[in-house]
This record gives sequence, C-alpha cells and structure tokens, in this order.
Amino acid sequence: MSKKAPEIEEYQYGFRDKDVSVFRTERGLTRKVVEEISKLKEEPQWMLDYRLKALEHFYQRPMPQWGGDLAELNFDEIVYYVKPSEKQGRTWDEVPAEIKQTFDKLGIPEAEQKYLAGVSAQYESEVVYHSLKEDLEEMGIIFKDTDTALKEHEELFKEYFGTVIPYSDNKFSALNSAVWSGGSFIYVPKGVKATSPLQAYFRINSENMGQFERTLIIVDEGASVHYVEGCTAPVYTTNSLHSAVVEIIVKKDGYCRYTTIQNWANNVYNLVTKRATCDANAQMEWIDGNIGSKLTMKYPAIHLKGEGARGNTISIAIAGRGQVQDAGAKMYHLAPNTSSSIVSKSFSKQGGNVTYRGLVHFGRKADGARSNIECDTLILDNESKSDTIPYNEIYNDNISLEHEAKVSKVSEEQLFYLMSRGLTEEEATEMIVMGFIEPFTKELPMEYAVEMNRLIKFEMEGSIG
Amino acid sequence: MSGSVLEIKNLHVSIEDKEILKGVNLTIKGGEFHAIMGPNGTGKSTLASAIMGHPKYEVTEGSITLDGEDVLEMEVDERARAGLFLAMQYPSEISGVTTSDFLRSAINARREEGDEISLMKFIKELDKDLEYLEIDQNMATRYLNEGFSGGEKKRNEILQLMQLKPEIAILDEIDSGLDIDALKVVSKGINKMRGEDFGCLIITHYQRLLNYITPDFVHVMMQGRVVKSGGPELAKRLEAEGYEWIKEELGIEDETVEQNA
Repeated sequence: MSKKAPEIEEYQYGFRDKDVSVFRTERGLTRKVVEEISKLKEEPQWMLDYRLKALEHFYQRPMPQWGGDLAELNFDEIVYYVKPSEKQGRTWDEVPAEIKQTFDKLGIPEAEQKYLAGVSAQYESEVVYHSLKEDLEEMGIIFKDTDTALKEHEELFKEYFGTVIPYSDNKFSALNSAVWSGGSFIYVPKGVKATSPLQAYFRINSENMGQFERTLIIVDEGASVHYVEGCTAPVYTTNSLHSAVVEIIVKKDGYCRYTTIQNWANNVYNLVTKRATCDANAQMEWIDGNIGSKLTMKYPAIHLKGEGARGNTISIAIAGRGQVQDAGAKMYHLAPNTSSSIVSKSFSKQGGNVTYRGLVHFGRKADGARSNIECDTLILDNESKSDTIPYNEIYNDNISLEHEAKVSKVSEEQLFYLMSRGLTEEEATEMIVMGFIEPFTKELPMEYAVEMNRLIKFEMEGSIG
Repeated sequence: MSGSVLEIKNLHVSIEDKEILKGVNLTIKGGEFHAIMGPNGTGKSTLASAIMGHPKYEVTEGSITLDGEDVLEMEVDERARAGLFLAMQYPSEISGVTTSDFLRSAINARREEGDEISLMKFIKELDKDLEYLEIDQNMATRYLNEGFSGGEKKRNEILQLMQLKPEIAILDEIDSGLDIDALKVVSKGINKMRGEDFGCLIITHYQRLLNYITPDFVHVMMQGRVVKSGGPELAKRLEAEGYEWIKEELGIEDETVEQNA
C-alpha cells in the first residue's frame, strides 16, 4: 500500500516581510537593554525595578536540564525588543501597509468582521492593532494590550501582575518578566459575560527575534470570557524565541476559556508559562493546540483554590520532522470538592518527538477532590517517538484519581477498511488522525475548527510514503 | 452490454507463506447473485479479502480482472473506485469520525473534484436508506462502528453498500451474528440492489440467508477451491443433507485448507 506523495511539506505561514521596524535593541540581554525597553515605554519606576530584579534572577537561574534540549539556544544572539511601528492602530488603515498585508494573509481582519468581539494583533514586540466592539466596552470589559493597560489602569494592573506567576517561578518566567512587551490585558467585571471570543494574534517577522508577550486576564465574580490566541512566524535557518507568561485569575463563579492554536515555524523555541487560579466554584479551561515550533515546553496549570472549583485542559500536540513537543498540564487541587480533567491527544510523524508531561497535585485540604486524566498517543511511523510522563502528588486520602494512557498506531485493518471504500491511503490516514483529535477540535468555535482541520490536513500532506 | 464482469482465474493466495487458496475460478457478471458456501476454514473469507486487496494476502498465481482490467495491479482504493465493494465480517471502528462524514467522503472519493455530492442530496439519500434499513437516525452522527452492536455493524455495511452503489459487491458473512429480524432487514437491503448493473458474491456458512436472498449460482468451497457449483437447489440440498455427501462424492476427507488434496 505505498502511494507516492510529495516529499517535502512546507509551512504555509513561512513568508517574511521587509523589515519596517522603527527601533530595535542591540543583540543580547544586558541591564541596559532592559532599562531601554522600560524607558521607551515610559513605565513607572516600580515596573523597571521589577524588571531588573527579574533580570538578576534570570542570570542566576540555571538552564532547565529536563524536557527538550536547549543547548542551541543562545541568549546572546537574540534581539529582545523590536518596535515595528510608531503607534498602535484602532483601525486597520492606521497599521503600516506591510504589516497589515501580513495580517490580511493570515485572515485576521476577515475573521474580526465575521465573529470576533475584539482583536489584538502583535507584530514583533508591540501590539500594532487593537479593537473591541462597542457593546463590550459599554459592559465595562477592558481589553487592551498589556502596555496600554499599565498606563491606563495602573492600580488594577499592579494588584494582579506577577501574583499568579512570580518572576522567580522559572528561568523563562524571569526572562519574560525582565523584557516583557505586548500581550493582552483583560478585565471582565462582576457578572458580565462576553458572548463572542476575544482574539490575539502573535506574529514574529525578524530573524533571531525574541517575543515576550505578557498576558493578564482577570475574570471577576460570576463573569465569563473566551480568549483565543494564534501564533505564526517566518521560516529562518537561525532560531527565534517565544517566551510568554500568561496569568489568569478567575474569581468565585467565574468562567474562563483560553484557546491556543500555536503554529510557530520550525525554528522557534516556544517556552511558555501559563497558569490560572480559580476561586470557589470558578471554572478554567485550557484548550491548547501545539502544532508548530522547534521545541515547545508548555504545561498550562490551574490552581483550584476555592471549594468546588473546576479545571479542564484539552490539548493536542503534533510533532513532525525535527520537532519536539514537550507539553502537558498541571492541576493543583488545593480545596475541597475541586475537580479536574485532562485530555491530551498527541501524535508524532516523520521522526518527531512528543512527550506528555503532567502533574496532578492533591493538597491536604482537597477532601473529595477528583481528577480524570486521559492521554492518547498516535504514532504514524517507526521513526517517531512518544512518551508519557505523569506525576501525581497526593497528600489527602479522600480523593479520586483516574488515569488512562493509550498508545496506538494507525492500524492496517483501519486503513484497509477505509481504502476499500475508495479513500486513498493519504485520505484514510488523515481521516483516522482527524478522528483521533476530534475531542480537541470539537471544543473549538466552528470557524477555528475549520481552520484547524485545514492545518492538520496541511500537516499531513507528505506524511505518507 | 450492461453490468461489469469480475473474472477470477486459477487464483492462488498465501498468507505468511502458507497457501490458502489453491486455484479458484469464478466469474461474476452484472445482474447475477452468487453464493459461496462451505464449512469453516475452507478459504471463503480469504477469497473476499484477496479480491479487495488486503495487504496480508499475497496472490502467488492466477488473475483477477474487472471488465478486463487487471485488478491485482490496483491499490485497494483503486479497486473500490473501479467498482468493487467488500462488506466486511469485522468492520473496523474509527473513533472521532461520524458515519455520515465518512460516507460523504467515500461517496466523493468516487466523484471528480468539483462534482462532489451536495449536502442536501446526501442527507436526503442517507435518510431514505436509513429508513429502508430500519436504522436509527442517530447512527449517522455516531462514530463509525464505535460501540455498535454486531447487528448495527452489519446494517451499517449494507447502508454503505446502498450509498456507494458498487458494480460488484462481495459480502463476507454478512449474516453472522444477526437475529432473524436483522437478517430480514439486511436481506431486504441487498435485494434492493438487484439489477442489471449489480453483481454480488455472498459468502456464508448458512443456508438461512439464502431463504431471503435467492442466488442465481451456488458454489461450494473446500480445500481452497470451488469444488462444486450449481443453482439454488444446491443450497437447499446442503441445508437438508450437510456437506458430507459432497466430501464423499469427491473423496475428500478433510475439507479445510490444512490438507493438500
């Protein structure tokens, strides 16, 4: 059953634009670079102090020795800040033509018109376009880029910034805290429900660029929001770095869903720290799709602090040639009757390497807490690799934990069955793969699910042969 | 001329170097219903899988042609698009893929690009066949064969047969595990396909299926070969007398493929 298919699979967002940036810091990470960024942003002193403390910590902290191989990541080669344009646009006409063209190609303005309540588009280090529908603004929802939020809502900002993920959490949270720029700031007031999703789109254009967006989402009591992020970058032979920090606070009875479709080019290190806290009866959901990047290390976490809080993570990770996806989820049950579920679907092909790494923690106060973990892996060929590394920490006897892990291959019988109905081997494999990740795609808003299926189809091209 | 012709000549098939089929000859034309009967282990299912091109089965000698085209040169999917269909004894479960999505893809696989079936037409025809086969509407939105009962799987195979409308269908033990009501429904579906453009090879252990589907030709398989052919009356005699008389007539002691003739 061998069928010839194209050998080389291309990354469809790998195009690059002419550099139109108006300012960039010199390569490498020094105190001077951090001071320059802060000064340029006209930040309050406390933020500069915070950045410098974080920088010190970054210098002192050793490189992590687990997960993926970071040996080739050279911090001295990276440009830590690139300002793409003079000012932020409120309409797409105000965005420099070259940059607007990029977002046109990525379909952002079109999506905005059709179904998004708010859009933020970050190019290199700064958000170049930002909008929020009027009715959401009238409901009191704040949706800004993080730099603007610091200027306009300093009190609110200061109350929460760095409280979920301190700079000292890990080496990359320290790095982000030192040089952060851009990202989204969202505040949803008590009882307010945002009905359509808010979206942020992140694009790296320059070579050896580091993008360090910082996102802070506060969902007040009984409020709800769905935030979606997407990311792409051009293909270069040298490496870029994306190292974001995302902090989310969901208060009593609140609800937040955070959907990521990460499709970085295969030369981007994607080292991201994401964490949410949930008060009583609050619910947090990470819908986490990792398709691109050279190496991703990402384990979205949820701290279930209030009684009855719920956390869900549904993730997919796809590793193709030369890619390592080291991804998973963390759930901390810190209060009674909290519940969590993790569904992880991963597949590897053409020598890719995918690892599920997860942690479920039940604290002493977690009486009656429950967690359900399901990790499924699909391997498409003999050169690809998959690992499952689940950790459980249990300090309470009165809990329930279920873990199910499955590794499967696309079976000869399944292929024969589908092909006997007229599907080619490629179509049949694609159908089996799509079915495998269906628990993830069904969680996406319809438009994203369509896009996701298109992406997977694209990924699958040339995988057979 | 209407209808296709599937011609099997001196077919020898091995699985893992063990010869199972030892020279099968069979011709199925459009408009004809053939039944292959025989005890367990005589090579019936191997014949079905080999015609469709299952990768485990190696054809070592002989030929299969469809309207003169060399079937053995075709990939499994090419055989399907050329007009062959195999209703399987143990259909695979495909998680996450709904029966209707799968069916639509399979229908479109036979059509040219740009000539895909419209969603409305597809739904209309699917509903019609679901009703005809007395299948619950919700099967269309369930994942293909996942959690289906034995009877549901078999009905689903016949649903696919009716939807895909092949030239020549091979039905591998479509009656196994069916209660009498399900057997009637499945037979009803197969009979509806009857026509000059449709030929069918029905593989079964039991005569009871042939109470509902009257074959034009009946063949008995033993030791990896067709050892006797006849009309519907042959099936009736097998029902009444079993296989012993054939074995005696032909001097066969062990009918399975384990033995060399």
